[in-house]
Amino acid sequence: MLTNQEVAEGLLEKFGDQVFGFEEPYGLLTLSTTREDILPLMEFLKDHKTWQVIFLTDLTGVQYPDNKGQEFVVVYHLHSFVHNFRIRIKVALSEADLHIPTATGLFASANWMERETYDFFGILFDGHPNLRRILNIEEMDYFPMRKEYPMEDATREDKIDALFGR
Amino acid sequence: MKEVKIVGAPDGHSGAGFFATSLDQAIGLARSYSLWPLPFATSCCGIEFMATMGAHYDISRFGSERPSFSPRQADLLMVMGTIAKKMAPVVKQVYLQMAEPRWVMAVGACASSGGIFDTYSVLQGIDRIIPVDVYVPGCPPRPEQIIDGLMQIQYLAQNESLRRRNTDEYQELLTSYNIQ
Amino acid sequence: MADIELLPHNVPSQSELPELVEELTTLNLGPTHPATHGIFQNVLKMDGEKIVSGEQTIGYIHRAFEKIAERRPFYQITTLTDRMNYCSSPINNMGWHMTVEKLLGIEVPKRAQYIRVLMMELARITDHIICNSILGVDTGAFTGFLYVMQKREEVYEIYEEVCGARLTTNMGRVGGMERDLSSTAIRKIKEFIKSFPPVLRELEKLLNRNRIFMDRTINVGPISQERALSYGFTGPNLRAAGIDYDVRVMNPYSSYEDFDFEVPIGQNGDTFDRYMVRNEEMWQSLKIVEQAINNLPEGPYYADAPEFYLPPKQEVYKNMEALIYHFKIVMGEIDAPAGEVYHAVEGGNGELGFYLISDGGRAPYRLHFRRPSFIYYQAYPEMCKGSSLSDAILTMSSMNVIAGELDA
Repeated sequence: MLTNQEVAEGLLEKFGDQVFGFEEPYGLLTLSTTREDILPLMEFLKDHKTWQVIFLTDLTGVQYPDNKGQEFVVVYHLHSFVHNFRIRIKVALSEADLHIPTATGLFASANWMERETYDFFGILFDGHPNLRRILNIEEMDYFPMRKEYPMEDATREDKIDALFGR
Repeated sequence: MKEVKIVGAPDGHSGAGFFATSLDQAIGLARSYSLWPLPFATSCCGIEFMATMGAHYDISRFGSERPSFSPRQADLLMVMGTIAKKMAPVVKQVYLQMAEPRWVMAVGACASSGGIFDTYSVLQGIDRIIPVDVYVPGCPPRPEQIIDGLMQIQYLAQNESLRRRNTDEYQELLTSYNIQ
Repeated sequence: MADIELLPHNVPSQSELPELVEELTTLNLGPTHPATHGIFQNVLKMDGEKIVSGEQTIGYIHRAFEKIAERRPFYQITTLTDRMNYCSSPINNMGWHMTVEKLLGIEVPKRAQYIRVLMMELARITDHIICNSILGVDTGAFTGFLYVMQKREEVYEIYEEVCGARLTTNMGRVGGMERDLSSTAIRKIKEFIKSFPPVLRELEKLLNRNRIFMDRTINVGPISQERALSYGFTGPNLRAAGIDYDVRVMNPYSSYEDFDFEVPIGQNGDTFDRYMVRNEEMWQSLKIVEQAINNLPEGPYYADAPEFYLPPKQEVYKNMEALIYHFKIVMGEIDAPAGEVYHAVEGGNGELGFYLISDGGRAPYRLHFRRPSFIYYQAYPEMCKGSSLSDAILTMSSMNVIAGELDA
């Protein structure tokens, strides 16, 4: 059984202060890193002889508009089947420079998840083979999941704000 | 053996060896009991349509024995499920490919009005792009409701004047949807 | 009979034949096509009958679940989860409830957990019924579909008895179930346990060892273990490739550790294996349902968490406290703690994850659904490369891609 402590120590030893912000919300090891180190970090976890964190469960983005300089966070969830160990890695990005290297070289599943994240938040995954919108229409000119854009359809005229709580 | 009910003849004159009625009614009768639906199923309501098609509810009892997956041979377009804005041109194209007379049924809240998805990506009702004859409410509607919607279409088909599709009113309706 | 002399003058000699130009055909499959079971487009490059490459377009029913979720209080998000994988909505509902309970730190009583397991396994059966019978339809066997659809109706009747709806169930609440199992529901479940096996056996007889079905499915659309893992496969599709990953066993939730069941796995990851894994899972699910209904513990069916669980309606009319809680919950004035939760359940198609970030408000700050179909469907071009078009249809139908879950 792999413990959070063990992995955290191992990562600190290997990456030093490039990994930081260790937390354990609801028992899941969470840590942050920089975008320069995200690929080496995931590669290290994947190729580790005993840990074998080989499965990319989820990849998504979160926006914190008030957090100046770190408005966007890309969140990776990885899973080691052998030890039933999950780990969450976050990379913060600033709105002015939304670039992060793609993980498609490590996990084929990252392809669409990155496209989705791009579609929703406009985060650019450098080196992605086909970074286009995936869910929304290609003509869309904004990134709808960002907090500043409204959810509602702008063409509705019959729904009054007072009655529908829009 | 159970008595088999068959559809009664329309009003008309009958005598020895002949029966006369208006062409409208005869054609209406024929059309309404052989509607070929095109199930345009996108999401949840499509699964309820599956149930409607299955042995339990059996839409075939109403003459819709043959789901027509080609729009060219379909009389009735059943739009079931959410139509996103990305999908809207496809729905319109399918509608354009259908031959007259054609009816459209919006099954479920999403197809009728966008339903709970009042969002940037969802078309707020298919009647924004194509004319709709019958709306079936529900999220999703029960199979009985879908069958009721079909019966409403049958009623329309029976009572429609043969010339309706040539009237100025109808042309105006199509023009308002940019359909020539 | 006289020899017929072939007249040579019309046949051009080899050198006179125009040179054959080989070119690939582009075939557009979808977005509305009866064989795709949902709305997705595949633009296939075909060399005769063989698929050379494919490009997928999805998003045709993108409904912005994640955006809506940021505007809705926790209990209203259940309605969104219904519409994600609509073939097995109770699993989505319960998965979401468990995620919120994890955030709030609510311990659900045993009875509620067992009822949840019961409903989730029934949902798994309906999910797999559809996938397998439609796979039969795609190979040309319509009969099985009609048989098992009858049984699905019976499960829907059970749903109706438990929550009032057939398909989009919105079942249960944060903190338990909204009502106890009625005696009718228990009777219907017991009837189902008795009446389902003969029908499933009938479907098996029609397909499992059917020569045509086997020829059509064995070695069609295979995927290796390594590729399946790399593509993020989970659920029956991953197990068909031979990896016994099941969230119910790995991270038991809702008392799954109490139940005795097996996780079937396949070997080749082809269409036949996927079919067989699903088939066997239905038996296992039935086994779990049987255990759950026979060992259903007594006790309350909801947790003692008045701040989050709506009080019974009779209480609201009589009791001051209940009225206050009712009002506060409905008006969304109760704030959840801030935190970050990832919770996964074994959905019909695989690991259905909920990544919830709460900032302490009435609605999630961010909610991300890990939709299994979305993640594994991207492997489709690789799986059907080199196969014929008719096989590609079977591959897609055996992957059980649900459009609502795919596009969210």
